[in-house]
Amino acid sequence: MARVAQAMSETPNGLPEKAARVVYRLFWAFMRVFSIVLLLATWEILARSGNFTHFQLPAFSEVVERIWNDAWSGDLWINTALTLYRALTAFLICAVFGVIIGMAMSRNAIANWFFDPIISVGFPMPKIAFLPVVILWLGVYDVSKISIIVIDAIFPVIAATVIAIQGVERELLWSARNMGANSRELLTQIVLPAAAPQIMTGLQVALPLSLIVAVVAEMLMGGYGLGGAMMTASRFANSTGVFAGIVEIAVVGYVLVKAMALIRRRLLIWHQETNDPSTA
Amino acid sequence: MKQVTRYLPLVLLALAWELAARLELVSTTALPPLSDVIRAWIDLIKDGDLISNGTSSLYRAGAGLALAILVGATLGIVMAWWKPVNVLLAPLVEMFYPLPKSALIPVTVIWLGYGDGSKILLIFLGCMLPVTIGAFNGARSSEQALVWSARSMGANRLRMLWDVVVPSAMPELLNGVRTALALAFILLVSSELIVAQKGFGYLIGSLGANGSYDAMYAVVLTVAFLGFAADRLYLLITKRTLAWRE
Repeated sequence: MARVAQAMSETPNGLPEKAARVVYRLFWAFMRVFSIVLLLATWEILARSGNFTHFQLPAFSEVVERIWNDAWSGDLWINTALTLYRALTAFLICAVFGVIIGMAMSRNAIANWFFDPIISVGFPMPKIAFLPVVILWLGVYDVSKISIIVIDAIFPVIAATVIAIQGVERELLWSARNMGANSRELLTQIVLPAAAPQIMTGLQVALPLSLIVAVVAEMLMGGYGLGGAMMTASRFANSTGVFAGIVEIAVVGYVLVKAMALIRRRLLIWHQETNDPSTA
Repeated sequence: MKQVTRYLPLVLLALAWELAARLELVSTTALPPLSDVIRAWIDLIKDGDLISNGTSSLYRAGAGLALAILVGATLGIVMAWWKPVNVLLAPLVEMFYPLPKSALIPVTVIWLGYGDGSKILLIFLGCMLPVTIGAFNGARSSEQALVWSARSMGANRLRMLWDVVVPSAMPELLNGVRTALALAFILLVSSELIVAQKGFGYLIGSLGANGSYDAMYAVVLTVAFLGFAADRLYLLITKRTLAWRE
């Protein structure tokens, strides 16, 4: 009887309801891009209105054309690949060594004694100020670019790892030990998985930071890379090139952050809280 | 005493630095002895170089950060309070938040030149979004029970904004400001290193170019210390401000 009632109510209402849902989804999808389209349109109109010189604000269409040309000539891919290579290599170093140092600090009293003041003083420092020192030591090539990124981005990873391991519930540790887990099993099967969400948050802070510092390092040291290309364009007063650089870097940043959020959701699918905290 | 043993590793690092330089384990151009750096720092203070460049840097950071907090917090709270604003602005915030803000350095120079204006604009743009997101998350999570009871006691929308939404946004908002504070220093120093005529970053660059590396180290350490001190001071103030929550 109930099934019949259900079937009866479904048949007449099914189609409009579905259509309503599609319209609703389309509306929200539209709203999501609406303001972005509005912004780009305003940019284009302002640039063509003549209130700004071409140097101050090149039209969006010109910027797109420039990116298109860069893509065809291959410059875009070389620059993007180099920036990504530097940022991601440094990020991987930060991820590996940050977690190792963090783990060492929470397991070993001497490591904790040594690193704790360095982290607590070093974390809030603007370490980018050490960039000239790094240049002095290592020159202007990839080694020094990657080093300054590591110096900047490793602190959030270490701090997050330490806090995460401290926060692992004692009951979990006790029961695992009670069931005969040795310390290696305790680490790989209990501590690291339980600490994973917060470590992941630290990595999500470190990734955008890597990109920020990569761009600054490239701007200061020149050469290829998205930041270097922007600086070259700026020296030749080529503002279309500068704006193209911003758009390119924005896209790279957006893709990286979204990819990281996706990885988080995949890795922590077992965890209750699988949404990313860092982006709105 | 406990504080002393806690920070002992830093003292040891400083000693290792001095020894490594004095025994010429590393080249003294690359790493001048710490004592020389301190002497150079005192000279810089006496010359007034450090003070004059420092004040212009701090003015830029302060002005940019103040603007960012003011506009960012307002934006975040209004986004949480009034849905249409959220619908309009959320995609933009989502799009610009992952943008590495250092990419804006050349553009701010194109718009406002080499002086204070471009740095203030850069710091404002770079620091605004963390504040906005903090304020938004805080205001959105204001407890429904509080909202209901305020409404039942006859609070109108504006009153509610001021008495319920803003205070409950406070903790996360202040967290966002802390991120912004750190970012302000990063952006300040990097923009001054790349293009400037005065300021800490400019001083570091010009001293490095002249080869007076001990003075360069002195300025680098000063900037690093100021960033650290600002963060600690901020933590102290927020602890006071949020005392009512306990």
